[in-house]
Amino acid sequence: MIQIENATKTFGQGDSAFTALRDVSVDIAANEFFTLLGPSGCGKTTLLRLIAGFEPPTKGAILLSGSDISRLPPNQRPVNTVFQNYALFPHMSVAQNIAFGLEMLGKPKAEIAKTVDEMLRLVRMEELKDRRTSEISGGQQQRVALARALAPHPQVLLLDEPLSALDLKLRKEMQIELKRLQSETGITFVFVTHDQEEALTMSDRVAVMNAGRILQVGSPRDIYERPSERFVANFIGESNFLDAERIGGDVTLAAGGSFAAAVPEGVPEGKVSVLIRPEHIRVRGGQPEAGELSAKVETVVYSGDATTLHLRLATGEVLKARMANAPDSDAAVPAEGQDAAVSIAPGAVTVLRD
Amino acid sequence: MADARKGYSVRTLPGFAIVALFTLVALYAPIAILVVFSFNEGTSLAIWEGFSLRWYRQAIANEAVQDAALRSLFLALSASFVATTAATMAALATTRTRRFPGRTIIYALINQPLMVPEIVTAVALLIVFAWIKVWTGHTSMIYLIVAHTAFCIPFAYLPIRARLETMDMSLEIAARDLYASRWLTFRRVTLPLMWPGIVAGLMLAFVISLDDVVITEFVKSAGQETLPTYMLGQLRRVVTPEVNAISTAILLAGAILVSLFFRLTNRQS
Repeated sequence: MIQIENATKTFGQGDSAFTALRDVSVDIAANEFFTLLGPSGCGKTTLLRLIAGFEPPTKGAILLSGSDISRLPPNQRPVNTVFQNYALFPHMSVAQNIAFGLEMLGKPKAEIAKTVDEMLRLVRMEELKDRRTSEISGGQQQRVALARALAPHPQVLLLDEPLSALDLKLRKEMQIELKRLQSETGITFVFVTHDQEEALTMSDRVAVMNAGRILQVGSPRDIYERPSERFVANFIGESNFLDAERIGGDVTLAAGGSFAAAVPEGVPEGKVSVLIRPEHIRVRGGQPEAGELSAKVETVVYSGDATTLHLRLATGEVLKARMANAPDSDAAVPAEGQDAAVSIAPGAVTVLRD
Repeated sequence: MADARKGYSVRTLPGFAIVALFTLVALYAPIAILVVFSFNEGTSLAIWEGFSLRWYRQAIANEAVQDAALRSLFLALSASFVATTAATMAALATTRTRRFPGRTIIYALINQPLMVPEIVTAVALLIVFAWIKVWTGHTSMIYLIVAHTAFCIPFAYLPIRARLETMDMSLEIAARDLYASRWLTFRRVTLPLMWPGIVAGLMLAFVISLDDVVITEFVKSAGQETLPTYMLGQLRRVVTPEVNAISTAILLAGAILVSLFFRLTNRQS
C-alpha cells in the first residue's frame, strides 16, 4: 500500500542542518493499523508529514499503490490527517468542518449531505452537528477531527498523536473507538505515538523509531517479547538486562543457569546481553534448587494488582521481578532481606543486539 | 498575564488619584468644552447663551462644508481601501511565508510612515508632486489619494498582522490536506479568519485619513479642501461655534469607528 523507500529528511543547511530521518524504508500494508512509536524527536512525525505531503523528502521516495507521490502537493494525495491539535476550522460548524474535504473534491451536494450524516453517525455526533467547534469538548473535537479526515474516504488516514490531549479515561475510550473505526472503514491507519501502551493495544504492527531510524518493525507481541535491540526493549515495558555467554541457541547467565534463547540475526557468539521481562520471573523464599538462581530480596513494592521485588543476584546484578497478586499470594512472597530462589519462565530469555 | 499582576493594585500607589485626575482633565476637559459650545445659542466660544442646534444647521447648510465633507469621505474611503488591500498582501507575505532574508527590513519599510516625521513626508511630497503637476498639468485628487494611502498602510497593516499572528498555520495545512488548492485555502480558511483584522485595519486607516491635516495641507491643489483643512482655514478668520459643531460630528464618527475597531480586535476567534 505505502512503500517508504530510503527516505531521508534534512532540515536547514550547512552547520545548522538537522537530519530528522535517516534512510528509512518500510512497507505498510493495505487495511493495516500501523504505528510509528518512539520518543519525541525520533522522526516519527516527520515521516508522517512526508506521507501527507507537507514536506518533500530530501532523498528517497514515497510510493502509494505503486506510484511515486513524493512530489505531489498534499491536496492531490488520497491521504488525510488527524492533527495533534485537531486544527478544526473555528469559523465553521461541526457539519461544515466534516463537509470541507468533500466540497473541495467537488462532490455533488446530495452526496456530501449523505456522507456528512454517515460520518456524524459513525463518530456519534449527530446531535451537535450545528455547533461551533469552540462550543464542544476536547473529546468531541477529537471525534470531529476524525470524521472530517475520514469523510473523503482517503486510502490512508494519518494520525499524529491524536489522543495525547485527552485525559486517561477518554483516551482509553478513544483507543477502542479508533480500532472500531479502522475495522469498519477498512482504511489504512498510520498512527504516531510516544505511548508504548497505546501502540501495543491498538496496532497490527509497530515500527519503533529512534534518532531518525526505524529500529524494528513487528507485531506488538514481537516488539514486546522479541525486541531486537536494547533501545527497543528499554522503551517498551519494564526490562532486566543481564550479562550472559551465548553458544548457538543456548545462553548461560553470568549469574548461573542455562536457557534456550531467541537470537536476532547478526549477533556474534560469546558475551551478549539478554533481556528478561520482570513478569517472567518467579520468586519464592528459601534456598534454590536445580535450575533456580539464588538471590537476596532488597525491596518489595506492593502496587495493587501486582508486587514488584528488587533482587540482588550473586553477580551483584539487580533483577526486577513482577508477580501478579492473588488473594492467597501474600504468604508466598518473601520479605525484604530474605534469601530467595528465582526461576525464569521457559522462553523468557531474549538475546539483544547492542 | 493577569497572574503576574495579581495582588497588586494601582489604587494603593501614592499620588495615583492626583495623576489620574490631572490626566483625565487634560485629555477630556478641552474636548468636553468644545462639544458643549457646539450647542451654544450665541456666537461666543466662551459665554454660554443657551442650548441650540443652530451651528449644526448652519454647518449642514454651508456649501463649503458639504463640499469639504464629501471630499474628505471620498478621500478617506479611497485611501483606506487601497491601503488595506496593500496592507493585507504585505501582512500575508510577512507572516505566511518561510523566513526569507530581508524580512525585518521589509517590516521596517512598511512601518516607515510611523517613524518619519509627518512634516518631512509632507514637504517631500509637496516638492515631488509639484514637479509632476507642472510636468503633466494634471491636478486631480490622485495626489491626495496616493499620499493618504502611503501613510495609512502601517495603520492598516498592524492590526491585520496581529490577527494573522494569532492564527494557527495548521488550519491552512489542514485545508490543503483536505484537497483545497492554494487559492481555495485562502478563500475558504485564511481570508474568513483574518477578516476581522482586515475590517479593523480598514476602519483605523479610514479614521487616520479623515483626520489628516499636515500632509493634506501641503499636497492639495487649489479648491481641494478636506474638512480638517477647511476648519484650519476658518480658524484663521472668524471663529464661530460652527467649527465646534463640525469637530463634534467628526469626533462622533471617529469614536464610533474606533470602538468598533476595539470590538473587532478584542473578540476571540
